[in-house]
Amino acid sequence: MSFLELSDLRKTYGNVVALENFNLSVEKGEFISLLGPSGCGKTTTLQMIAGFTEPTSGRIVLGGRDLVSMPPAKRGLGIVFQSYALFPHLTAAENVAFGLEMRGIDRASREERVREALAMVGLKGYEDRYPRRMSGGQQQRVAVARALVIRPEILLLDEPLSNLDAKMREEMQSELLSIQRRLGTTTILVTHDQQEAMALSNRVVVMSKGRIEQIATPVEAYNNPASSFVASFLGKTNTLSGEIRGGTLVVGEFRAAVSGADGPVAVTLRPEKMRFDSTGLRGTVTARVFQGNCWSYQVQTAQGEVLVLRQNDGQPLPVEGDAVFLSWSPADMGLRREGLSHG
Amino acid sequence: MKKNGFLALAFHTVFVIFMVAPILVVCVVAFTPEGFLSLPTNGLSLRWFRAIADYPEFIRAFWTSVYLGAVSSTIAVILAVPAALAFSRYAFPGKGALSAFFLSPLMIPHVVLGIAFLRFFTQGGISGTMTALIIAHVVVVFPFALRLTLSAATGMDRSIESAAISLGASNFTLFRRVTLPLILPGVISGWALSFIQSFDEVTMTVFLAAPGTETLPVRMFLYVQDNIDPLVTSVSAVVIAITMAVLIILDRLYGLDAVLSGHSDRNS
Amino acid sequence: MAEGRNPVAVASLLLPATLLFIAVLVIPLIMTVLLSFYSWGQYTGIVEDFTAENWIEVFTDPYFGEIFLRTLRISFLATLLAALFGAPEAYILKRMNPRWRGLFMLVILGPLLMSVVARTLGWALLFGGNNGVANQFLMGIGLIDAPLPFMFTETGVVIALAHVMMPFMVLSVWASLQRLDPQVENAARSLGASQFTVVRRVLLPQIMPGILSGSIIVFALSASAFATPAIIGGRRLKVASTLAYDEFLNTLDWPLGAAVAVLLLIGIVLIIVASNALVERRYAEVFR
Ligand SMILES: Nc1ncnc2c1ncn2[C@@H]1O[C@H](COP(=O)(O)OP(=O)(O)O)[C@@H](O)[C@H]1O
Ligand SMILES: [Mg+2]
Repeated sequence: MSFLELSDLRKTYGNVVALENFNLSVEKGEFISLLGPSGCGKTTTLQMIAGFTEPTSGRIVLGGRDLVSMPPAKRGLGIVFQSYALFPHLTAAENVAFGLEMRGIDRASREERVREALAMVGLKGYEDRYPRRMSGGQQQRVAVARALVIRPEILLLDEPLSNLDAKMREEMQSELLSIQRRLGTTTILVTHDQQEAMALSNRVVVMSKGRIEQIATPVEAYNNPASSFVASFLGKTNTLSGEIRGGTLVVGEFRAAVSGADGPVAVTLRPEKMRFDSTGLRGTVTARVFQGNCWSYQVQTAQGEVLVLRQNDGQPLPVEGDAVFLSWSPADMGLRREGLSHG
Repeated sequence: MKKNGFLALAFHTVFVIFMVAPILVVCVVAFTPEGFLSLPTNGLSLRWFRAIADYPEFIRAFWTSVYLGAVSSTIAVILAVPAALAFSRYAFPGKGALSAFFLSPLMIPHVVLGIAFLRFFTQGGISGTMTALIIAHVVVVFPFALRLTLSAATGMDRSIESAAISLGASNFTLFRRVTLPLILPGVISGWALSFIQSFDEVTMTVFLAAPGTETLPVRMFLYVQDNIDPLVTSVSAVVIAITMAVLIILDRLYGLDAVLSGHSDRNS
Repeated sequence: MAEGRNPVAVASLLLPATLLFIAVLVIPLIMTVLLSFYSWGQYTGIVEDFTAENWIEVFTDPYFGEIFLRTLRISFLATLLAALFGAPEAYILKRMNPRWRGLFMLVILGPLLMSVVARTLGWALLFGGNNGVANQFLMGIGLIDAPLPFMFTETGVVIALAHVMMPFMVLSVWASLQRLDPQVENAARSLGASQFTVVRRVLLPQIMPGILSGSIIVFALSASAFATPAIIGGRRLKVASTLAYDEFLNTLDWPLGAAVAVLLLIGIVLIIVASNALVERRYAEVFR
């Protein structure tokens, strides 16, 4: 039995099904992300684990104990809210001390642990500041310290970084990761940002419309998306229509040996996995955009528009109007019988 | 969010009874068939509502109040709209002080206003006239008109005005075609709140009204001072019913707490 | 947002209202202050000399002292009642299902716009001597054995005033509840706080500014209330505003009445300004 087991979770609001068929096992020390577009049920899932929302049906078991019947105050989970939800009338240190006080921990060790926790998130010297007088990033750190200081069995984070600017967000991501690795706290992060989910987690749970689309490591989900939804949500993807004829995949002029029954297939390919070659799918460069470390190409083919990313590594590259051939390694492509209509 | 527990609902029930009881009792006693104050235990009767017709003072006072409320809130709104535009669109020295000045009638006890106006109008020789009442009421309701028009003018998306200007609108066109329509809801609720304030005002008006210019609340107050009988309860019931109707309309249109917040933040 | 500077436009927009206020607010108030320094005789009427005798009388005659003290006492108690009941009620409303909440908002805030005379008349009917509805009800549920005197007592005035002022308190606390982050309560619970602790340690401190500013409003309005103390208190139980009214319209001693009124005005303005400053200083760090 895993550390945290969510089985057959389901939540409805009136006629709206916010979540169904939700099954997830989390191992101790794992960093899991719930990833999906807005409204797909991420917050609902997190709130049910936290105890602020009651599941319509299903079970949540933590270390062998049933959580559903337990009030939030007794669950011992650390939560970082999207709005941070700091107590505005308490200083940073008082905010962090709150949970310890509730646990009846004596003043001396409380002060010690508060100091440690604030130092851990890089807020030494900010003990007596009120939240209103801190920047968004600093408030975020207080919220993390407040959640971690009670040594929670699980740390729950609901879009914790979405209120920060891009630079701050990256900084917090790496700090969050190093803190989590150091403490080994089992962590569940809710986010709609695929880059964030992939950068931080051991496994991602990709969700859509209240259902799980795929549970996998970031690499797996990126390279072998279980559905066209996952493929397109985890970054740009080209979907080409092809056909298998007697062990050969045919996509326009492109040929590759594959195994599989004859018939039409959808071929999914990440833009950075495609290269310009002397043979392959024929096309014309319609536009290219310089992006610093790489060039992004739009290539018009008989299959429609194809996106190609090429490293800016000093090699000569085609320009607008050039006729090109596109090829790729069969190991990099995904093949699906379904999903042709999505092309 | 957690639901209210049993204790909370019990408290709530008592609270609502407390708030409703005095209003309800007025409306119930108004239907008494007896000639004296009593709960209508022997059936309901409209006799005290019909009796109002025999006391033309109340009818005349009612129309005086309606006229006074309408005229003074209209004047107040006409003065408040330009002031609100100035406050919301321009930076100028003394802005804070001036807005405090305009809101100051909220802080001044109405007894003091009544006394000050009585002295002023007596010296000016127009004591007891409708003109005097209108002037006094404009001053008293002006803060309400200003509050609501100001919050509409500040809340409005300024880039819409910039867009109109960039399209070549003149100042007057801008006001008539863009600004006014957009702040109109605030202006109307400002007018409505001003009207209700004027219609209800008794403390100041009791100093200023002469027998020919008595407003309804003043007439009711003076009547109650002498004796309380079912007639004044039936008049009160009518007033309550009218207010209730206006209230429900305001609530449907704008939300009551939004309208009233112009009322509540009088010190900020 | 960039604000425009255009002196001519500003002046022309603000001039009408400013002129009106100077002409018919500032001047009358100055005249009233002057009036309080004139003397008055039964046969001479108002004499425009310049004397402090009204002020000396107001400050030295214990009759006036007693009335001002009563005004303070009544206002304080009405404020206390309003805070004690209005604040919890606002919180209950906040947690209520929105459909019911709309209805009860109307019921609780609606009286604010209803004629004060009509509302006070309701209390007079409820109190009405020994067989008023209030007494019959309290005896019916066994809370009291003998009728309590409400009419013409401070208790009665305090209760009726608390009723009249209650919407202001609810509205003020409601506004501060609206500004709360709803997740903060959840945060406290996730850290192990009981419902009681959440209210005491997290909620109350945050809505305290709302309760205090509501109290300032309620206190100021109670201290200047006129119709309610006049009807429930009657002619004998005077407060500052009914005293000024009597001096003006019954005794006809306008200068003395003006002194009472000006003192009331100064007292209220001082209390509002001082307590606002206190509240603001106390919460400046936390909430601004
Ligand atoms: N309290 C609620 N009442 C009704 N519907 C809700 C409520 N909370 C969430 N929902 C609905 O449930 C679905 C999932 O919401 P949520 O979990 O907040 O999504 P996410 O966090 O992924 O954006 C949405 O369709 C939302 O409208
Ligand atoms: Mg969410």
